[in-house]
Amino acid sequence: MDGIHDMGGRQGFGPVTVEPDEPAFHARWEARVFAMLRAAGAAGALSNSDQFRHAIERIDPVAYLTHGYYGRWLGGVETLLVEAGVVTRAELDARVVARGGDPTARVAARPSVAPDRVDYAPAATHAGRVVAHAPRFAVGARVLTLAHGVGGHTRLPAYARGRTGAVTAVHGAWVFPDSNAHGRGEAPQYLYTVVFDGRALWGAEAEPATRIHLDLFEPYLEAA
Amino acid sequence: MSDAGDSEREPSIRAEALEALLIERGLLTTADVDAVVEQYNERIGPLNGARVVARAWSDPAYRARLLEDGTAAIAELGFGGAQTDKLVVVPNTTTVHNLVVCTLCSCYPWAVLGLPPRWYKDPAYRSRAVREPRALLREFGLVLADHVEIRVWDSSAEVRYLVLPERPAPLAGLDEAALVAHVTRDAMIGVARP
Repeated sequence: MDGIHDMGGRQGFGPVTVEPDEPAFHARWEARVFAMLRAAGAAGALSNSDQFRHAIERIDPVAYLTHGYYGRWLGGVETLLVEAGVVTRAELDARVVARGGDPTARVAARPSVAPDRVDYAPAATHAGRVVAHAPRFAVGARVLTLAHGVGGHTRLPAYARGRTGAVTAVHGAWVFPDSNAHGRGEAPQYLYTVVFDGRALWGAEAEPATRIHLDLFEPYLEAA
Repeated sequence: MSDAGDSEREPSIRAEALEALLIERGLLTTADVDAVVEQYNERIGPLNGARVVARAWSDPAYRARLLEDGTAAIAELGFGGAQTDKLVVVPNTTTVHNLVVCTLCSCYPWAVLGLPPRWYKDPAYRSRAVREPRALLREFGLVLADHVEIRVWDSSAEVRYLVLPERPAPLAGLDEAALVAHVTRDAMIGVARP
């Protein structure tokens, strides 16, 4: 999905702000969100981390940039809980107002009226899987990435589309996020580390001697 | 840009409201929240990774195992799980510097580093690490010569990356336990050198 989350190479965000001696959680609400993610799983609203990542990709893009990391998680958790019918937007809004919240404030959650059904029991706790066929590419192979994006969840960042790189590692077959996020099964695919020269990604503006590595699934790749 | 500030007042209230609803439904207890705080404040943090690096600095055979199969090598020290299905450890040398990012979300090797710092999850770091890593590292105070190759690892699948810094020469005489204190989280992400 060509969403705000796909940040690699975007310009204009300015310098990195570092907070010295940062705590694991800045406020109780951040830990609340963390615990609610687990609760959403127990309530059957969340089946896998690919589904959760896609729920975050679907939140309000302005909230994505302004509500912070746990605000994004909150948006994803609320999206999934509403989609699963565990809570309703109206009852949550009422409790926000009761706590002095602004009823007109921007809400990150963007529940779909026709959500994917992700009834999923993983085949193993680890995301690695065994498949019968051999990997298509070997270490050293030159590969070309897909040129276009897709509407759903995917792990090929926009900045690396339509680019040529070289395979540096073959990691075996793994659960395929593009399928798993949408409840279409694990559909395991071979996973490769592919290295791209900075110039292949950024042209003449690339910094000297930079190489960018991505972990890419076989369906994202063609022989170059 | 930073994620911190007043913009989080509304999400914090909404989180409290959602927590109250889930508690009413019997889906959450305040003890669950306490457990999360305890887990990441006290049990899972960058000290785990520092112990791994200090062992690798002290024991060449362990270093070789760590680079061969990071997942198995950290399991020797009791670390694993926590969003770290496969760990790949990438070593710095005098001519290679490694830097870890996740441009699509905020993937991070929780099992060895705990929860990521805010800046790791902020748009500025995620957008710039793949495009202008040298400029980014200079802001962190790390100036690398142009002949030092920068290898950026964008964590786009379930593989997690940990940078193995070079042991600084002045630490040569220290034992493993003393070395732990010299291994920083930032060095294991790649935005610093110890």
